[in-house]
Amino acid sequence: MSENAKQLEQLLGRGYQHGFVTEIDSDTVPPGLDEDMVRLISHKKQEPAFLTEWRLKALRHWLTMKEPHWAHLKVAPIDYQSISYYSAPRSKKDGPKSLAEVDPKLLETYAKLGVPLHERARLAGVAVDAVFDSVSVATTFKERLAAAGVVFCPFSEAVRTHPQLIEQYLGSVVPYTDNFFATLNSAVFTDGSFVYVPKGVRCPMELSTYFRINALNTGQFERTLIIADVGSYVSYLEGCSAPQRDENQLHAAVVELVALEDAYIKYSTVQNWYPGDADGRGGIYNFVTKRGDCRGRNSHISWTQVETGSAITWKYPSCVLRGEGSIGEFYSVATVNNHQQADTGTKMIHIGRDTRSTIVSKGISAGHGQNTYRGLVKILPSAHGARNFTQCDSLLMGGQCGAHTFPYVEAKNPTATVEHEASTSKISDEQLFYCLSRGITAEDAVNMIVSGFCKSVFKELPMEFAVEAQNLLAVSLEGAVG
Amino acid sequence: MGARTAMLSIEDLQARVDGKPILNGLTLEVGAGEVHAIMGPNGSGKSTLAYVLAGRPGYEVTGGRVLFEGRDLITLAPEERARAGLFLGFQYPVEIPGVNNVYLLKAAVNAARKARGQPEVDAFEVLGLVREKMALMRMEDSFLSRGVNEGFSGGEKKRNEILQMLVLEPRLAILDETDSGLDIDALKVVAAGVNSQRSPERACVLVTHYQRLLEYVAPDFVHVLVRGRIAKSGDRSLALELERRGYDWVAGEAA
Repeated sequence: MSENAKQLEQLLGRGYQHGFVTEIDSDTVPPGLDEDMVRLISHKKQEPAFLTEWRLKALRHWLTMKEPHWAHLKVAPIDYQSISYYSAPRSKKDGPKSLAEVDPKLLETYAKLGVPLHERARLAGVAVDAVFDSVSVATTFKERLAAAGVVFCPFSEAVRTHPQLIEQYLGSVVPYTDNFFATLNSAVFTDGSFVYVPKGVRCPMELSTYFRINALNTGQFERTLIIADVGSYVSYLEGCSAPQRDENQLHAAVVELVALEDAYIKYSTVQNWYPGDADGRGGIYNFVTKRGDCRGRNSHISWTQVETGSAITWKYPSCVLRGEGSIGEFYSVATVNNHQQADTGTKMIHIGRDTRSTIVSKGISAGHGQNTYRGLVKILPSAHGARNFTQCDSLLMGGQCGAHTFPYVEAKNPTATVEHEASTSKISDEQLFYCLSRGITAEDAVNMIVSGFCKSVFKELPMEFAVEAQNLLAVSLEGAVG
Repeated sequence: MGARTAMLSIEDLQARVDGKPILNGLTLEVGAGEVHAIMGPNGSGKSTLAYVLAGRPGYEVTGGRVLFEGRDLITLAPEERARAGLFLGFQYPVEIPGVNNVYLLKAAVNAARKARGQPEVDAFEVLGLVREKMALMRMEDSFLSRGVNEGFSGGEKKRNEILQMLVLEPRLAILDETDSGLDIDALKVVAAGVNSQRSPERACVLVTHYQRLLEYVAPDFVHVLVRGRIAKSGDRSLALELERRGYDWVAGEAA
């Protein structure tokens, strides 16, 4: 066998790289969901009464709802009563005062994931609020952010330190009645991130949170709330990976963004949860509700996502363009390989005058993967002069995968302009041979061609994230072209 | 052809495409420092020969032998042939949207360097090299920021092939109808590019339908391919005779 063929074989045999489980003493409640459980979670987190009540309202509403099945997905039945709704690392009990008090196993895990903590974090210029199974363990750069007046902390901490902001904004973008998974999240969410950027402040650094699912059978219900006050700017990075395991894990996060007048929120995600093995066993079920509200004049919200992981992805980061002249953007790369399924896209709801939205979706399908773009552009009668541009491109690798596009448009104002472009292409043998004939290996050639296809989305990512995204894409498509 | 050692030695080569025999016992030797022109009517197997030498999948070798600098070429993967110093200039170069021209060249240069055990070069070094060769090919700076052949005119694509050849400095270049579809100015530029890389260590095989290119790139040998075999070989004057008398003349002789 040639050296080259050997290398290729090694590459193909490389499994999910972040697949390890940290043995750690978890404080996990028994499975099951009822009002007592919701009260227990709220009590464990020492929450004020308004929040306990809000959770209970959500639970009562959830019990009247049915699991949605409109997406182009095959989902194995989920037994919501067999899920444990709370899990916290034990070492949290007394609250670590410094990194020295943090369970060394946790720090090891972060090291494996490359989370830049402590010195590494300062070098990288990134503040990290690391979520380890529901409870945030360490937060860096708090002082520097505090000097700028920026609040960046675990959600549960914000409940204690800024209850008035929580009460004012929680559920104001995604109400607890919104949809099955968001409602479930409202009842049982354990932690997440909270960001508040005051008036006129440009957040001095990229804010980054690494989420990681760890304890077996523990559903993850993060809740993130980002508020950008008048004239402020913040860029937020969310990166994910999870340890390898055999059972499907439910993940139902909610992210709410509020941009006031002239505020700009840039939210970037690289999602790399365990996608299941080559036969489709295991993997994360990722049912996420992400929505941003452009509340003032010239508010601006931009979503960029690179989705390479999860067995199932159900996710539609959306923008409500309320303020006059506000801007919503959605840039997405979604990759499916083996038996992965993704149904993802966006909703752009134009309410204000002269609102603008841009949608760029790049779907890559390989193996038996099924990739669906589902998007809604809704122009309300009040949205004079609204404009939307949508571009959906699909790239197919091999003959057993699928790409589907469902673009919905509801235009109720005749002065609005809506443009849609779509394409489907394959990595051709010709492109591949062209690269080979220049001495480039097949793997490198495929990565190069795929990166080229995704270029218009990658350029929206912060630099260090763009590199990570390309690497992830390369790993997730390994072996897709032989 | 005497005592010279052949860089490329093709012996009784047979190959088929989609089960159909195209090359039927082709024998050819190319020595270092030589330029050979392969001419012939449509369907005679010219492009097939180019693809077989470069290792294109689907072009099946059914007999014969090809040695490239002493190595059995047919057993090498296409990318290994490239790294060994073989270059194919495509008749119809494919577009690769979003992949930057310089990025592709950097990957190609470093793949070859790695194979030779040399350290990789960074983007700035590659850029310097590319700029130098671009001037020779009279290409505009905007080329640097464009995708590989993305939205290029036919002439631009052909210039890009020659540019890649100049940057990669192959031992043996096989140029498949690089002259087709070029206006006279572009043809002169392409010819200047090919001539600039002539040296005693390097060789070139020009696959062409017309002798027009040969007015600007003087070949040492001219071969006429008929039904997958070299039917006639000669010097430059053979090309002129073909221009005058047509291919039927050779085909008739070969039959």
